[in-house]
Amino acid sequence: MNKIDVKNITKVFGKNPKRAVDMLKQGLKKPEIFKKTGMTVGVNQADFHVKEGEIFVIMGLSGSGKSTLVRLLNRLIEPTSGEIHIDGQDITKMNKQDLRQVRQKKISMVFQRFALFPHRTILENTEYGLEIQGMGKDERRKKAMKALELVGLKGYEHQNPNELSGGMQQRVGLARALASDTDILLMDEAFSALDPLIRKDMQNELLDLQSDMHKTIVFITHDLDEALRIGDRIALMRDGSIVQVGTPEEIMMNPANRYVEKFVEDVDMSKVIVASNIMIRPETILIDRGPRVALQLMRDEGISSIYAIDKGKKFLGIISADDALDATKTGKSCREIVKEIGTVKPDTLLNDLFEDMNHSPVPLPVVDDEGRLRGIVKRAEIIAALSGDQDALNGNEVKL
Amino acid sequence: MNDHLLPKIPLGHWIDLFIQFITNNFEGFFGQIASGLAGFVELLVTAFEFITPIGFIILFTAIAFWRRGWGVALFTLLGLALIYDLGYWHNAMQTFSLVVTSVVLSIVIGLPLGIIAGINNTFKSIITPILDLLQTMPSFVYLIPAIFLFGTGMAPGVVATIIFAIPPTIRLTNLGIRQVPEDLVEASESFGSTTMQKLFKVQLPLSMPTIMAGINQSIMLALSMVVVASLVGAPGLGADVNFAVTSLRTDIGFEAGIAIVIIAIMLDRISQNTRSKKQ
Ligand SMILES: Nc1ncnc2c1ncn2[C@@H]1O[C@H](COP(=O)(O)OP(=O)(O)O)[C@@H](O)[C@H]1O
Ligand SMILES: [Mg+2]
Repeated sequence: MNKIDVKNITKVFGKNPKRAVDMLKQGLKKPEIFKKTGMTVGVNQADFHVKEGEIFVIMGLSGSGKSTLVRLLNRLIEPTSGEIHIDGQDITKMNKQDLRQVRQKKISMVFQRFALFPHRTILENTEYGLEIQGMGKDERRKKAMKALELVGLKGYEHQNPNELSGGMQQRVGLARALASDTDILLMDEAFSALDPLIRKDMQNELLDLQSDMHKTIVFITHDLDEALRIGDRIALMRDGSIVQVGTPEEIMMNPANRYVEKFVEDVDMSKVIVASNIMIRPETILIDRGPRVALQLMRDEGISSIYAIDKGKKFLGIISADDALDATKTGKSCREIVKEIGTVKPDTLLNDLFEDMNHSPVPLPVVDDEGRLRGIVKRAEIIAALSGDQDALNGNEVKL
Repeated sequence: MNDHLLPKIPLGHWIDLFIQFITNNFEGFFGQIASGLAGFVELLVTAFEFITPIGFIILFTAIAFWRRGWGVALFTLLGLALIYDLGYWHNAMQTFSLVVTSVVLSIVIGLPLGIIAGINNTFKSIITPILDLLQTMPSFVYLIPAIFLFGTGMAPGVVATIIFAIPPTIRLTNLGIRQVPEDLVEASESFGSTTMQKLFKVQLPLSMPTIMAGINQSIMLALSMVVVASLVGAPGLGADVNFAVTSLRTDIGFEAGIAIVIIAIMLDRISQNTRSKKQ
């Protein structure tokens, strides 16, 4: 079952929102409706689901409706029409009391500008959600301390929020959300106010935490790099509508329309593309064959070295044409002349591939965690991919 | 002028009728309130006299020191000693008690009204013009219905003072609540707070400095009403000033005036918000 099911949800800000909903149903768009009625469409008939345990990223330019959409998920903003099911329960129909229960037990939120309570210490901020639930002081303090420990803020519990740096403040924001032990985490541009380096740390830390906790996370951002780094799936918003939902690869490789393309164009490829996106099929030889066979294969393909594997496709190293020629004279086997070289992983970023490439005499072998050779990466492909060449991205060999 | 075009609307007459109606039907009720108010003020006066001038001076010097440090404490000590020396102690205690009573009631009534206004837009749009009216109406006007409803003496003085002094408490409480950053309110709600939890755990603590500024203004307005209140027979320093004006006694007018100023400065400094200075 999906954790969150959003069905045709619409939010219009203005005097007569029902009228705007009818216009939206007739296919009118946000700018036209604003011109005609003065009402602002926040979210336009959004339809999507979030699976249990995934990081679902909602991305879009400023004003595209991301904050409105995420606030509809815990009804900080009342929807104009549509349904939102959390664990199968439609929260849009809930009374206030049930809704409070959902907010206390199921969904917690992290805010862009941290939204820490300045009159409370770090510990008091962290325990806020539990305090609201009426939990006893000792118990909630214990839980809050645990949450603070998780985000690396042990020892800061008696400080005030304004004594902490931005990155640390947002850790408190995260700890406050984690303390309630809810399944769902809503994060509205949670890292956008942070410096780029700290931001990256926080992204990594979130991914680390997530690998232990398996929460369902709805993460808002206006930054594609961030979306691609942490999203299991990404939804792209424009003018209140969701224009595409897909995995990072799907969004990158097959942008649904010009808008998505525009987004994708600006992205720094070196931080997105990984080795497996651009690797090509290598020429290989089974290690049990003789040096003569190796030499013949290299001659046929016009190459000066060949990748040696065993029957299980396990990568062993390379055999150079010179060594193979020697071996035919001295009677050595391939096992005796194979040379180990550096390898990369399928998920090594393009950025890092470039480094490794400079130290390698031959195209880089891509080897998975089981030690099997998956492909090789050539300098030409790396450069082509960096310049956004679609052929290279689809795993075709490029000719320079 | 449109005197000739339109008949005069009998606005004053209506107000008259309204007050008459209330006096006729609720005289007992207002009589009880009047004696309650007067009784409370008298109780305070008795209490202050009971602790003796020395006790009072020590108490308030200590409070001044605790709130603001030795400068204000020294001023309080010397100021109160001067009032005692000039022979206005008893009247000063009456004025002081009248102000305290009025301010306490202004807070008791004004704070909830301000909170409701801060949360509810409809209520705010109803109460704002009423507050505007209360604040621009010359303060003497309140005395007239006060006399009808509460007779003469301390009670109408207190009531007129409350009406005059309450607007800043309501206004600034409303403002303080509305000034709490939206994302903090959202954060509170997102964790499932009830309206009351949100109010007491987030909105009120964060609007405290603004609310205190409002109370401070109310105190000052209450003090500025003591002379006016003496017109309906409220005793105290205001009555001294009043007597001085009608009998052209500059000496008494000046001395009583100084006593009022000393109490005003003392209460102002003590009630001023100090926390914003520390941060
Ligand atoms: N309370 C509101 N009243 C009126 N319009 C609003 C309100 N909140 C948001 N909007 C409008 O809704 C649209 C979406 O805003 P928002 O969800 O904040 O976008 P984003 O988070 O993607 O920047 C914008 O056009 C914005 O002006
Ligand atoms: Mg936003």
